[in-house]
Amino acid sequence: MTILDFPFMQRALLAALLVGMTAPAVGVYLVQRRQAFMGDGIGHVALTGVGLGFLLSTSPVLTAVLTASVGAVLIELIRERSRVSGDVALSVLFYGGIAGGVMLINLAPEGSNANLQSYLFGSLTSVSPEDIRVITILAVAVLAVTLGLRRALFTVCQDEDFARVTGLPVRALNLLLAVTAAVTVTVAMRVVGLLLVSALMVVPVAVAQQLSRTFSMTAALAIVVGVLVSVSGTALTYYVDAPPGATIVLLAIGLFVLVGVLATPLNRRRARRAEAAAGEVDPPRIDDVRVDAEVPGAGTMAGQAPSVVVRPAPIEEAPR
Amino acid sequence: MTEPRTPVARLIGGTASLGGRPVLRGVDLTVRPGEVVALLGANGSGKSTLVRTLVGLVPLTGGTIELFGTPFARFRDWSRIGYVPQRTTAAAGVPASVREVVASGLLDGRRLFGPGREGRAAVDAALDAVGMRDRARDGIAHLSGGQQQRVLIARALARRPDLLIMDEPMAGVDLRSQEVLAGTLRGQQEQGRAVLLVLHELGPLEPLIDRAVVLREGCVCHDGPPPRAVGQHALPGHDHVHPHDDHTARHAGMGLLS
Repeated sequence: MTILDFPFMQRALLAALLVGMTAPAVGVYLVQRRQAFMGDGIGHVALTGVGLGFLLSTSPVLTAVLTASVGAVLIELIRERSRVSGDVALSVLFYGGIAGGVMLINLAPEGSNANLQSYLFGSLTSVSPEDIRVITILAVAVLAVTLGLRRALFTVCQDEDFARVTGLPVRALNLLLAVTAAVTVTVAMRVVGLLLVSALMVVPVAVAQQLSRTFSMTAALAIVVGVLVSVSGTALTYYVDAPPGATIVLLAIGLFVLVGVLATPLNRRRARRAEAAAGEVDPPRIDDVRVDAEVPGAGTMAGQAPSVVVRPAPIEEAPR
Repeated sequence: MTEPRTPVARLIGGTASLGGRPVLRGVDLTVRPGEVVALLGANGSGKSTLVRTLVGLVPLTGGTIELFGTPFARFRDWSRIGYVPQRTTAAAGVPASVREVVASGLLDGRRLFGPGREGRAAVDAALDAVGMRDRARDGIAHLSGGQQQRVLIARALARRPDLLIMDEPMAGVDLRSQEVLAGTLRGQQEQGRAVLLVLHELGPLEPLIDRAVVLREGCVCHDGPPPRAVGQHALPGHDHVHPHDDHTARHAGMGLLS
């Protein structure tokens, strides 16, 4: 008897595969514009949608998609309007999402802490054939947006001011990305749970960017890492009694640390070579310290990457 | 340049405020085809805000903008404008290569899916123009400040813009990048394309500037030939005089940079 002989395991692995692909595909754009927290926020708001689903006795996935989308659009509008004081407004929205969800589930006739738990931390083995259909459709839509519009989304997330002046429909693209992130959160909710959704959006990207210099390579590697950890994590829980969501996220973080340690010499050499090339034309400047410190992912989880070496540029030493 | 042609950009009686504080107080500005216009002024004089209103990043509270003869609200031809924002770094939260960043300059409201073969040639040409073709595959985060600035200029040049707008492109860049910038201005001039650039001081670019507009407290206080160097601008090496109505003299002055 192998792992694939059980229909519930087949469904769990398929769900894990889809989530492993979609979460980093969206996450890479969020990390690019230094909004790694966005997935967390949407996850919090989605909990209110889950509660609403219990209260109305409809599919919690459906109400979660709708609520999370509304929440994501709100988050995007707050971000667009107030770049300085937006974080407080966002925090209020996030706490409201969690509190509202807990309250609504408590009010619902069939609601219980067990239900709450399965949405907060995932409940992969209870994925039904109906769930799989919904997850597949949503995942295809997410991949169509994130891969099909990758150049436009890259341009907007790289430099929003510049993107506005190109005539790109920046606001429409931002809202589309927000809704896509919301859909991804709800898709991933069954696998890793709302509280860990963001990890699957961010950590694979953090792993990938330690190994890559280009955006397209980072995105591709992040998807590979996402699939790798979610499928292997799910398979692992068949043999070991462990919660799948936590297993997947811990695997991802383990990989992040491992790659960080292994990639440090590589990145150091690469940085030194780049500095040497830069040194040929540039006099040493105070700024060089700052530019260096903004190596991929400052302000994101990767900002704490062991491989990110913050130090002034030693212009003189040019190894070769 | 003597025939009357539609200005590429025109601001009439422009007013704008930031956070309730008036920054522009009735500014008139015209940029004609093929003209290189420098926007000068002290910190806080409103020069950055002025270019940001022209490209729609800061809303006008009064006055009108016309781009290529079209009122701002009806203007859609953004592919004719190249914008170099004021940045200390071109990097975002995820690694990106020089080529990826420059290629993002090719998109506009009608092209959401990126460059074809033709676009790739435009990217190569822009990379050549700023001397970064050999670094195309490198990550931008590892470049020096001046090199990152050149990548941002290439991103705007990839659009082959009829109006190139640059916000403080000289801030903290090295000598090589200054030369690239000068070459860019010259290239635009030769192709009859206009440039509007915000500068803290004219410095070595002076011979390439057709006209200088000086802002003081949100008003235009000078619009004409580049002003004679005074005060801190009158540094050694900058005390030369250029008769700017004389073309040959201007071209002779370029030797300074090459």
